[in-house]
Order: sequence, then C-alpha cells, then structure tokens
Amino acid sequence: MQKLMLLGDEALAQGALDAGMSGCFAYPGTPSTEIMEYVQHNKEAVERDIHRTWGSNEKTIMEAAVGMSYAGKRTMACMKHVGLNVAADPFMNSAFVGANGGLIVAVADDPSMHSSQNEQDSRFYAKFAMIPCLEPSNQQECYDMAFLAFELSEKFKLPIMIRLETRLSHSRAGVTRRDKIAENVGKLPEDKNQFMLLPSFSRRKYKNLIKLQSELVAASENSEFNSYTDGSDKSLGIIACGLGYNYVMENLANRDVNYPILKISHYPLPRKLVEKMYKECDKILVVEDGQPIVEEMLKGYISGNEKIKGRLDGTFSYDGEMDPNKVAVALGFGKEVVGTVPEDIVGRPPALCVGCPHIDSFVTLNEALKEHGDGHVFSDIGCYTLGFMPPYNGINTCLDMGASITMAKGASDAGLFPAVAVIGDSTFSHSGLTGLLDCVYDKSNVVIIILDNATTGMTGGQNYTGENKIEEMCLGLGVEKEHIRVVTPLKRCHEEMVQVYKEEIAYNGVSIVIPRRECIQTMTRRIRAQKKAAKK
Amino acid sequence: MKINIILAGVGGQGILTIAKVFGQVAVKQNLFLKQAEVHGMSQRGGDVQSNLRISDKEIFSDLIPEGEADLIISVEPMESLRYLPLLAPDGWLITNAKPFVNIPNYPEIETVYNEVRKVKNHVIIDAQGIAKEIGNVLASNIVMLGAAAEKTCFSMEQLEVALHEIFISKGEKVVDLNVKALRAGNEAKSL
Repeated sequence: MQKLMLLGDEALAQGALDAGMSGCFAYPGTPSTEIMEYVQHNKEAVERDIHRTWGSNEKTIMEAAVGMSYAGKRTMACMKHVGLNVAADPFMNSAFVGANGGLIVAVADDPSMHSSQNEQDSRFYAKFAMIPCLEPSNQQECYDMAFLAFELSEKFKLPIMIRLETRLSHSRAGVTRRDKIAENVGKLPEDKNQFMLLPSFSRRKYKNLIKLQSELVAASENSEFNSYTDGSDKSLGIIACGLGYNYVMENLANRDVNYPILKISHYPLPRKLVEKMYKECDKILVVEDGQPIVEEMLKGYISGNEKIKGRLDGTFSYDGEMDPNKVAVALGFGKEVVGTVPEDIVGRPPALCVGCPHIDSFVTLNEALKEHGDGHVFSDIGCYTLGFMPPYNGINTCLDMGASITMAKGASDAGLFPAVAVIGDSTFSHSGLTGLLDCVYDKSNVVIIILDNATTGMTGGQNYTGENKIEEMCLGLGVEKEHIRVVTPLKRCHEEMVQVYKEEIAYNGVSIVIPRRECIQTMTRRIRAQKKAAKK
Repeated sequence: MKINIILAGVGGQGILTIAKVFGQVAVKQNLFLKQAEVHGMSQRGGDVQSNLRISDKEIFSDLIPEGEADLIISVEPMESLRYLPLLAPDGWLITNAKPFVNIPNYPEIETVYNEVRKVKNHVIIDAQGIAKEIGNVLASNIVMLGAAAEKTCFSMEQLEVALHEIFISKGEKVVDLNVKALRAGNEAKSL
C-alpha cells in the first residue's frame, strides 16, 4: 500500500478513523487544530458521518467525548496543552468514571511557545490523573498509537492521553495504514453506576485506580512502543522520551558509540526497564521534549544524585524545545558552527494582516482612550493579541482564554477607570459568556469590545459555536440593549467608532461594542472559492 | 542519497508549494521524507521556514541539525540569512532578490545582498521579474525551485513530472506556466 504523507496531527486522525472512532470533539488550538480539520475533510469520515464539528471550548468537548464513551463508542477529544487546563475538571474526573467506549484525550504541547502563552507539559496531567500516556516519536507511531490507545482504554476502562508536540504535529512523513476496525455498535456500561461520582462511589473508584497502577506499569513494560537497546558502553545510558528519541538517533545513527538506549513512548514509566538502566549504567542522560518530568522522577528530591543528567543539572536548558543540536552537545559531539546569523538581520515578528479589521479597531480605541493614558486595555487570546505590537501598542494584558472580561472587571472593582476588555468573537463564545454574566450581576463599569470577524482567526479560520448570535448572547445575559453597539471597523467609520467608544466609556455600567467585519484571510478564501465554483 | 533543504520566507509567501514538488518526487521514488512546517501565529507575516529532509535511509529528526543543510531556498533575501547556522560548509544558499518589507527596521537591501555574497556558494535571482515575464508573478516560487534544481539530486525531468501531477487538476495552462517557470529559473543567472 502506498504511504500517505501526513502531518503528525493528521496521522493521529487517520489512525483514530481506521481504529473505529465514531466521534471527534475539539476546539481549535495550535498545534492541535489539524487533527479535527483532517477528520472534517476526510471522505470516509463524512460517509460514516462521524461527529466532527467544533465545540465551544475544551471543557465542553471533553465532556461530550466522555458522553460518547458512556454510550459505548470510540471517541477522541483534541486540544492544545493550555486547552487541557480548561478541560481539567472533566479530564481529572474522567480517570475516576473511566471509559466504556475507547476514549482518547489528544493533547498537543508547544515547547518553545511557537504559538502559545506557556510551555506546560501535558504528561504531568496524565500522571496527575493516574492514566496512561502515549507519546509518539514519529508520524507512524501517531497513527499506530490510536489503535493501541483505544484498545488500552477499553481494556482498562480508562481514558488514554496521546501527547504530541509542535514538531511532530506539524511535520509530515510517510505513514502506512493498517486494516480498519469497525466502529463499536454502542452499548451502555455493564456497571450502570460506572459514570456516577457521588463521594461514596468516588472513594471506591479511587482505590480501584490506585490498584490498577501496577497493571498499567506492566502494560508499559511490555509495550511495543517502549524498547531497550542494550549497548556495550555502560558509562552512559540514554533515556529518550517521545521526540527525544529522534534527536538521540540522529546523533548516534552514524557514529561508532554504543550506549544503551531506553526509548519511552508509553507511560507510566516501564519500571523494570528504567531500573535495569539505572543499575547497569554509570550515568543516565534523560532526553525529553518538554518539562523534566521523567528526570525529576528518577533524580528524586534529596540532593546528591549526580547520576541523572538532563534539564535539572544544566546539561540541557530547563526551558525550550529539544533539538538535535542540544543533544549533540550533551553527548559531546558538538561541532563547530560554520555560519552565523549576520548582525544586520532583524527579527520579523508576526503582525496583523494588511486590511485586517482589528487594525481599525485598535487605531480608534487608542484615540478614544488617549485622554485616559496607558494601562486600561485587557486583552485575550487571538490574532488581536498582536495589537500589542507597534504601531498599535493597543493592549496591556493577555492571560488566558476569556480573561480579558474578568480581568477588566476585577480592575474596575479595584477602581480603575476606564476598564476595557478586548476579546474575539470565537474566544467570547469559548469562555467570555460566564465572565460577562459576572459583570452584569455586579453592574461593573466595563467596556467589552467583542471583535467580530466571523471566524476563529489565529488558528486558520475555523467555525465557532456562537456564530451570528453575539448580540443575542449579550442581551440574553442581561446587557442593556442600548449599550450593545455594533460598528464597522473601516477607515471611513473612524469618527463614528471613536465616538461610540467614548460614549460607552462614559456610561457607568456594562457596555458592549462589536466591531464587525469579516477576517481578511477568510474573506479572500471565500471569494476565491466562490470564483472557482462559478467557473464550474 | 540524502538531502536536507531549508525553505525560508515570510508567512503567506507560500514556501510549502516548493516542498510539495520535492515531496511528490520523493514519494514516487519511495524515498523517506520528513517535512516540518510552521503553522499558527508566525503565519501572520512572521518569519517561517520548513525543514525538508529526503533520504533513502530512515530519517530520525524532523529538524535539520546545524551545519547539515545542503540547500537554503529562500523566497526573501533577508530570510535566507536567518538560517545560515544550519547551512553545511559546502551548502548552497539560493535566494530571491525581492525583499518583503513588512517591518519598519528592514536593513538596507545592499547590506542584505552583501551578506548573501559572503556565503561561498550563493545564487541571487530576480524570481518575481522572471515570473512576471513568463506571465504570472505567482509562479516565482517555481522559478526559485528551478534555480535550485541543479543543486538537488533530482533531475529537471523528475521535477517537471511532479509539477504536472500537482497542477494538472488546475488545467494544462497552469501546468505549462509552472514548467516554463521551472525552466526559466533553471537558466537564470545569479545577480
């Protein structure tokens, strides 16, 4: 069979489809977005009518996936690492209720923060929840692990995490498919109380989960994705986790060195294999892409264990993405770098697109706020976070999805005036609604600007659940009709926009201003598609 | 065989089309391929790059190690210089001459060209101008591909076949334009 050239994200999606997935649930977030997009565009997924629409946020999609698992079908919830924070409540508790139909929690981490506000390592969450975590090292494993994850999930009746990182999510390679597995017919859990978490049940479930741990370790020890390659030079053993394995092999494949290598792509840690290496080798180098979770476990808290090398002892920097060069240096193969980046070369940070409606929204907002000085604008996660960049310098904060509204509220509660929130339409649907309800409840003196470009822009233009009902949602939550103002972010509306902002800043209460104009990227794509359709 | 290529440019310039052509050739020959791309925030006018690795043996790292890129193909001159630490001592830097200025502090273009000329093996071509002459400025990517063709282990014929396979769904005209662009790039002299 010819290989498919797939991104890591796409390979996981194809694997889940071939392994009998009945529903995919997701909210877009770099680098995880392409998992769902692949399912949405996959012909067979459409034919099988697999669930494949975006949800409101990571919490709702995680809960929906648990619901599909309850109904006995195989399902996957997909999100980026910080999305798992949003889904943390159902995620942690899903380890207690467990799974009926196979349940995969696919989380894509972003070491080096290419497109994220932090670089937290989701393996901590898997350990926290005491569930297995699979960490593929290549695209083929992304595909194959979907099969294993569903199998493990149904065997142990637990959700299984598959952890990806940017470099794998967004890298393409050939993938060979397996024979397909039919979707589950669907049946309710044998134990009708399996998904019930009253305290008396929870205590029992926790004990079961604790008891299960030794079986999970045994499964890791026998996993096809963990392997021990012995070597004659025991001065160093290498533990290579996930992508770390590639960077180790990149350096060792053509060299005559013979260190034992333990490849780990299936957690909890395979105890026997780790202990073998610890006993036999003088030192151990832990190569992991992300935070030093394995290294910390091996090293322990008490100081003096110099045997373990990695991010904690400075062999690698604590932060940032792992790469083949860092591993080369750690292994003593560092080479002289011939070329350097000339001094005249300047950075080219991302910027708002030419013609972007947010530009007009920031230019006018800056003008309206001029008399109040700097420090009044609370922003959120999306393209408009780039409003921080010159020449706009239009925002002062960015914390997490939805925080613009609630931070503005808190600052207003502290007496800051004016307090302005800037949030995108999709982000507002994701987690702005409850914050707005808080503002309405307290009659907070805030101006909330909902930038409506009719799409989820930063991740490439996905649909979102609150489309075409921003005003209705605000009205429904109790914002007064006369303080929901819609404006058009265009140069010719400049004066009007400044005036509307000023009026709403002057109003002592909750104001909503909605600058509404289609994202320039989605508009271009839409027009191109229309032209193409017209030609046909 | 083994070839490591850095494709460089600015988000939105479409460097991935070049990758796609190489990918098509590699797949046909049953070679191993890894191609790391940049998605997300940087796509909004920021610097972007793609690490493309093709080999007849298993490829491990998705990233090209420092000093091991055989080729840097850049559709923007300043961006071509950003990846110099990756270039192999005998590697080639092939760049478009036309700057993409979307930042206020873009260096003097002559300074950029001088830095490019300091690289032992370099080619600077006016891909936009050449593409325009052929009939469509959008084909400048393929002009760049043509300029790089001889430095790869692939023949012009293989690349032309790949172009045909990729663009035939858009019609013969589009195929012809791209083949022309490839040949023109291949014949272009460095500035």
